Amino acid sequence: MDYVLLIEQFLNGFQLGIILFLMAAGLTLVFGIMDLVNLAHGSMFMIGAFVGGTIAAVTGSFVIGVVLMIPAMLLIGMAVEMTTLRTLYPRDHLDHVLATFGLILFFNAATRLIWGPEGLVVPLPDFLEGSVALGIGITYPVYRIMIIVVGLLVALGLYVLVAKTRIGMLIRAGASNRTMAGALGVNIPMLFSVVFGIGAVLAGLAGLIITPITAAQIGMGEDVLILAFVVIVIGGIGSIRGAFIASIVTGVIDTMGRSFLDVFLLLFLPENAAESAGPALSSMMIYILMAAILFFRPQGLFPPKGAQ
Amino acid sequence: MKDVIDLKSPANILTIIVVGLCAVVPFLAPALGEPFYVIVFARIMVWAIAAVSLNLIMGYGGMISFGHAVYLGIGAYAIGILAFHGVTSAWIQWPVAIGACAVISLIFGAISLRTRGVYFIMITLALAQMLFFLSVSAERYGSDDGLNILARSDFGVSFFSLEDNMTMYYTIFAFLLASVFVSWKLVHSRFGVVMRAAKSNETRVQAVGVSTYRYRLTAFVIAGVMCGIAGLLQANLERFVSPDMMNWPRSGELIFMVVLGGMSTLFGPVTGAFVFLMLSEILSTWTIHWHIIFGPFLVLIVLFARGGIAGLLTPRASRE
Amino acid sequence: MLKKLLGTAAVATLLASPAAADIKIGFVTTLTTPVAVIGKDMRDAVELAMEHIGGKMSGEDVEIVYADDEFNSQKGKQATERLVLRDDVDIVAGYIWSNVLLASAPVVLNANKILISANAGPSPLAGAQCNANFFNIAWQNDQTPMALGELLNQQGVKSLYLVAPNYAAGQNMVAGVERTFKGKVVGKDMTVWPSQRDWSAELSKVKAAKPDGVFTFYPGPAGPAFIKQYQQAGLEGDVPLYSVYTLDSISLPLFQKAGMETVLGTKMTQFWAPDLDNAANKKFVGDFRKKYGRYPSFYAAQSYDSIMYIKSAVEAVSGDIGNIDGMRAALEKADFDSIRGDFTMGNNHFPIQNFYERTVVKDADGNWTTAVGRAVLTNHQDPYASQCKM
Repeated sequence: MDYVLLIEQFLNGFQLGIILFLMAAGLTLVFGIMDLVNLAHGSMFMIGAFVGGTIAAVTGSFVIGVVLMIPAMLLIGMAVEMTTLRTLYPRDHLDHVLATFGLILFFNAATRLIWGPEGLVVPLPDFLEGSVALGIGITYPVYRIMIIVVGLLVALGLYVLVAKTRIGMLIRAGASNRTMAGALGVNIPMLFSVVFGIGAVLAGLAGLIITPITAAQIGMGEDVLILAFVVIVIGGIGSIRGAFIASIVTGVIDTMGRSFLDVFLLLFLPENAAESAGPALSSMMIYILMAAILFFRPQGLFPPKGAQ
Repeated sequence: MKDVIDLKSPANILTIIVVGLCAVVPFLAPALGEPFYVIVFARIMVWAIAAVSLNLIMGYGGMISFGHAVYLGIGAYAIGILAFHGVTSAWIQWPVAIGACAVISLIFGAISLRTRGVYFIMITLALAQMLFFLSVSAERYGSDDGLNILARSDFGVSFFSLEDNMTMYYTIFAFLLASVFVSWKLVHSRFGVVMRAAKSNETRVQAVGVSTYRYRLTAFVIAGVMCGIAGLLQANLERFVSPDMMNWPRSGELIFMVVLGGMSTLFGPVTGAFVFLMLSEILSTWTIHWHIIFGPFLVLIVLFARGGIAGLLTPRASRE
Repeated sequence: MLKKLLGTAAVATLLASPAAADIKIGFVTTLTTPVAVIGKDMRDAVELAMEHIGGKMSGEDVEIVYADDEFNSQKGKQATERLVLRDDVDIVAGYIWSNVLLASAPVVLNANKILISANAGPSPLAGAQCNANFFNIAWQNDQTPMALGELLNQQGVKSLYLVAPNYAAGQNMVAGVERTFKGKVVGKDMTVWPSQRDWSAELSKVKAAKPDGVFTFYPGPAGPAFIKQYQQAGLEGDVPLYSVYTLDSISLPLFQKAGMETVLGTKMTQFWAPDLDNAANKKFVGDFRKKYGRYPSFYAAQSYDSIMYIKSAVEAVSGDIGNIDGMRAALEKADFDSIRGDFTMGNNHFPIQNFYERTVVKDADGNWTTAVGRAVLTNHQDPYASQCKM
C-alpha cells in the first residue's frame, strides 16, 4: 500500500464528505430549528441538479448555472415550506416522515414528466477539466479539488452566518427556545421559510456540483439523503459543527473501507473469504459506526445546547 | 372489543368486506375471469401481516421503526438461503427463520431502544440499511439479483403441501387472522396496558416501578418475529427473495399502510395494506406516471385524514 | 370508498385490455427510472418492426402489450405475472436485465408459454437451467467479453484491471474476459449496482496499479458517467479503456454533445453494429434513422430482431400460435433474415454467431457512431451450452 494511493483515497473521502456536509447542513438546520424530519430534502438535491443543469445547458455556462440555481432553489424551497411543510410543524415525527415520503414520490414523478426519464448530462467548463499534479507523485482531478474548496467556503460562510450575523442569532434563538424567540418579536414563520430556503440551496448546490461527475438522474437524492441522515445523527441533530465533522468522518471511512478493507482483511482471512467479506463489510461500515456512536452517545457527538 | 362488536360502524363494515373478500377471492376471482387477483390478494395479506406487526410497536407502543421491513427480508432470506443449500423441510426452515428474526430483533431492539424520538427512527433505519447492504453484497446468494426458490417449504405430509396454491393462499389467510388475534390478546393483557401507558406517559409508568425498557424490548421482538413470519410466507409465495424487500422505501410503505388504515386499531393495518396495494396496482396499470397522483395522496392523507381510514369512517362522537 | 375503488379497478381493467387481437405478445422492458432510455429505444424498435410487418404475422393481427419492470427484479416478476395471468399473452419477450429475467422466467415457463429474451443472457439459463420454452435472440452474457479478451490478447495488453457492477450480468462479463484474456488481471472491483455512481476510490486504485488496460461494463446511463470520471481522473491518455455494452448509440450522442473527443477510437466487441453489411440490417438501420432521427442501439436491434424471429415461427405454424411444439421447432431453426446476418441456434437456445471488433468513429455527417471491424470470434457458442441437457 503506497502513500500516494492513501492520500488520494483520503482526498476522495474528503470530497464525498463535503457533498454529504452540504446535504446535512440544511437537514440539520431544519431538524434542529423546526424539529421537522424532512425526507424531501433529497428531492432538493435532485431538483438543484436538474434546474441548475438546465440553466447551464441553456446559457452554455456551468458557472451561470450554479449562480442562478441559488435564487431558484431559494424560491422553490420556500414555496415547498409555505405550501406543505408549514402545516406539519405541529404534527409528530411520524406525520413528517409520511408526508415528506409522499413529496419524494411526487417530485420524482414530476421531474420525470418535465425532463424525461433519461436524466441530464452536464459538461464541465474547460478550465475544470482534467487533473493537476499536486507534487509528490499525486495527480488529482481539478474538478474534485474545486468541490472541496467550494464546500469548505460554504462551511466557513455558514459558520459566519450562524455565529456572527443577526439572522444567525435568530436561528440560534429559534433553535433553543422557539416560544421565547417568538415572544421577543421574531417573525418565526418568515425565519423558518428562509432557513428552509437556505437548506434547499445547499442541497441543490450539492446536487448540482456532483452532476458533472455522476450525471443528474431521477431519485439521485435518496441514497445521499440516507447518508446525510446518518451524518446528522452521528453529529448531533441541530449542530452544524457536528454535521461537518461527521460528514468528513463518514466520507473518509466509507472511501477508505471501499479501497483498503479487502487488503486489510487479507491479513486475517483466506483470500476468497476476504474477497467476499470486504465489499459486504465496507458497505455496512458507516451504519456500524452510527450504531456504535448512538449506543454510547444516544444524542450524537455534539448534542445541541438547550435541546432536552 | 368495541371495534369488532359494533357492526354498524362504517370502519368495521369495511373491515368485514376486506377480510371477507380475502376469504373468497380464490373462488371469486377465477369465476370472474381474473385469476391474477388471487396472487394480488395473497401478496396484500402478506403485507397486512407485516403491517399488523408494525402497528403493535408503532400504534400501541409509540415506537416508530423506520426499518421494520428488514424482518420481512430476514424471514424470507432464511427460507431462500436454506433452500439454496437444499434444505426444504419446513420443520427446519420455519424455526430457523423465526429464530433469526427473534435474535436480530433482540439485538436491534436492545441498541435502538436506548434512544428516543427521531434518533430511534434513524437508528432503526440505519440498522436495517446495514442488513440491506449485507444482502446486496452477498454474492453467493445472488447479491442484488436475489435468489430464486425452486421449491416451497415442505411439511413432509401428503395432506398439506404449500406447492398447492390454494393451500398456500389459505395458510397466509390463517396467519393473517392469527396475527390480528395475537395483537388483540396482547393489547388487552397487562402487557398491552403497560405498553400503552408507557406510550402516553413513560415517566409515570417508571415511577410505579415498571421497567418500560423490558416491556418495549419484548414488544419489539414479538413484532420482529411476526414480521419475519410474513417474510417467510412471502418467500414461499413469490418463490423469490431479493434485497429490495428490505430496502428503506419498503419500511416507509409499511408505516404508511398502518397510518392509512388507522394506527392503534386492530384491523386498521389490514385495510391500510389493502387500500395501499390495490391503489398502487390500479394506478400503475393506468399510467406509468402514477406516483404523481400517489405522492400527493399520501400527503393529503397525512394532512387531513388523521386516524386514517378508520378515523374517517368512525363518527366523531364515538371516537375514543 | 371500496365500491368506488372496485369501480375504478373495473374501469382500469377495461382500459388495459383493448379489442382482443389474434396474437398477443407481452414485451417486458424498463419504462420508468433513469434507465428507461433503454426501454424507449427498444419500444421504438418494436414499433418499427410492427410497421414493417404491417401489424400482422401470417395474416393474424398482432398486439404488443408493453410492461414496465421498474428496473427491479421483484417488480419485473410481478409485471410478468400480469402479462401471463391477467393479459393472457401468447408469448413473452423483452428483458434488458439478467436479474429481472432470472426472477421472471419461472412465471412464463411454468405457464408453458414461450419466453424470448431480447437482451439478457444470464449463465444459468444457458447452462443447467436451460428450458425448452426459453430462447435468447441476443447473446449469452459471457460471449461478448470473451471476444474482448481475445481482442486484448491481439492488442498486446499484458495487464488488466476490471471494474464492473456487482450483479448477474456484471459477474458474467468479468468472468467472460477472464476466460480468454491471457495476461495478468492486476485488480478487480465489483461495485454496488445500481446505486454507486462515483468511482473515485476505484479509479485511484486503477491509477496506482498502472495496468496496460482497463476493462469495464456499465450499461445505461452509468456508462457515460464512468467514462467521464475516467477522463477526469487523467487516465484516458495513459491507460486505454476497453468496454462492452457501455458505449452505444444511446451514450455516444451524449459524449458528442459534451465534446469528449477522447472517446473516439475506443474499441469494443459486439455481435452486431449499425454498419454491419446485410440487407435486413440496412433496412432496419435506415428506417430507424429516418423515423426517429438517431442511430439504433444494440438493444433496439435485438428488439427488432425478436419480433422478426417470432414472426418467422408464427408463419411456420400458419398462425396457430397454440401449437407450442411447432413454434418451438420453428424457433430452433431460426430461419429468418436477422439484422446480424446468418447464425444458428445452439442446443441451449442461445445463438451461435460471430463477434466483431467495433471502433468509435465519426460518420459522414459528423455523427458519432461505431465502425465494424473484422470478426474476433466466428460461429462462437457460449461456454455453458455443454451443461445444458437439451
